[in-house]
Amino acid sequence: MNSVFWTHLVKDLRIEWRSLDAIVSMLFFAGLVVVLFSLAFDPRAAVSQGIAGGVLCVATMFASVSALNQAWAREIRHQVMDAQRMTPSSGAQLYFAKVLVNFIFVTVVQGALAPFFFVMYNLHIAGAGWVLALILPLGTWALVCNGVFFAALSIRSRNRELLLSLILFPIFIPALLGMVQATTAVLTGENDPWLWIKMLTGYDIIFTTVSLLLFDVVFHAE
Amino acid sequence: MKKAALTLFPLITVLLMIWGFYQAIYVAPNDAMQGEISRIFYYHVPHAMLCFLFFAVSLVGSIGYLTYRHARPVLAQASDALALAGAEVGVIYCTIVLLTGPLWGRRAWGIWWTWDARLTTTLVLWLIYVSYLLLRRFSAGPQMQTLAAVLGIFGALDVPIVYMSNRWWRTQHPAPVFGGGPDSGIKDPAMLAAFGWNVLAWFCWGLLVLFLRYHVERRHQQYAELEAEEALAGAD
Repeated sequence: MNSVFWTHLVKDLRIEWRSLDAIVSMLFFAGLVVVLFSLAFDPRAAVSQGIAGGVLCVATMFASVSALNQAWAREIRHQVMDAQRMTPSSGAQLYFAKVLVNFIFVTVVQGALAPFFFVMYNLHIAGAGWVLALILPLGTWALVCNGVFFAALSIRSRNRELLLSLILFPIFIPALLGMVQATTAVLTGENDPWLWIKMLTGYDIIFTTVSLLLFDVVFHAE
Repeated sequence: MKKAALTLFPLITVLLMIWGFYQAIYVAPNDAMQGEISRIFYYHVPHAMLCFLFFAVSLVGSIGYLTYRHARPVLAQASDALALAGAEVGVIYCTIVLLTGPLWGRRAWGIWWTWDARLTTTLVLWLIYVSYLLLRRFSAGPQMQTLAAVLGIFGALDVPIVYMSNRWWRTQHPAPVFGGGPDSGIKDPAMLAAFGWNVLAWFCWGLLVLFLRYHVERRHQQYAELEAEEALAGAD
């Protein structure tokens, strides 16, 4: 891996380590969504097994938008973004570092949220639990690789924060569907999650490749 | 010559649409299983096929804009206008698919809507292209054109997922009419004729609207350019 990639990665990790802005706000927000959903749907034993996967995925999705909006807004101050545009390195490395950093943030939040979530919804895993360790990262990657890309795209427009959700959610829907279906299949143990895992993997490969190819175009759009 | 074509083409389109309507409503026989309600397919399926075509036009425009934006600005602007026109006509056709589908579903399935793979993905496709049109509204200038072209390519990536979803996933939607296996295809020649005429008629209609919208957008671009040049001349 290239040193430019590592520089960006370490810089973003260090900023987050010192401020904890993204992780704390995401964690609190995701927790709130979980509480609100459980008040709205009143999850009892059978119902909670069925809806828990969906609630976890949607809570992650909403929460990560707040971090994704900050991902590039942070670089606007002191014209950091303009400086990055002028560097001779390829934008793909910057993009990849940002995706990885945000992937780590969202995964940390999911990891912290999971126990809390299992307690609140009285869950037990009926299927193969280890498969969740595959599904959640795949879904998170789908969310973050598109999210970082579209955050860079919408940062140039009016209503940038609104626009990110408007663009990201429709594109993310197929992956959300896969993520929710696979998680629910594992929790209830009634269906086979593998078809959805394959679909998620395909989605991740397609959208990561295209984002890497087109990131320079978006980043240098004038 | 150009003027004659401009008068003749809309006329032919309208005649084709009348003929297609006549074929679909009066000539084609009733479906043995579904009765009269099946006639909605002479509108639903052509629109579904053509909305993919217009989204493809939008994709070609988007790729064209990204390819030529530095080297050949005039061609790039024309491509951008084509991308916008294709997306707008595609969204209209997709809206018609989403409206006529539930009308049929209510009679055939007893429900207006179901969250099966193909319905959901068509809705997603519609949402993506609406967000494309929103993005074009929220920002301006060549920057917006670049960003929109990128989003156009992302939107088009979803199209194969929509198309294949019917085969990948178990679904409530009827199997594809064409290429869906040995039993697919329309067997009755009168039905096939009605279907073919409607595809042709709606294709011509879409092409006409696309052409008009493209020219309106080109005029917009030319006026914007003229205004920018005048402002520059005034500043000197």
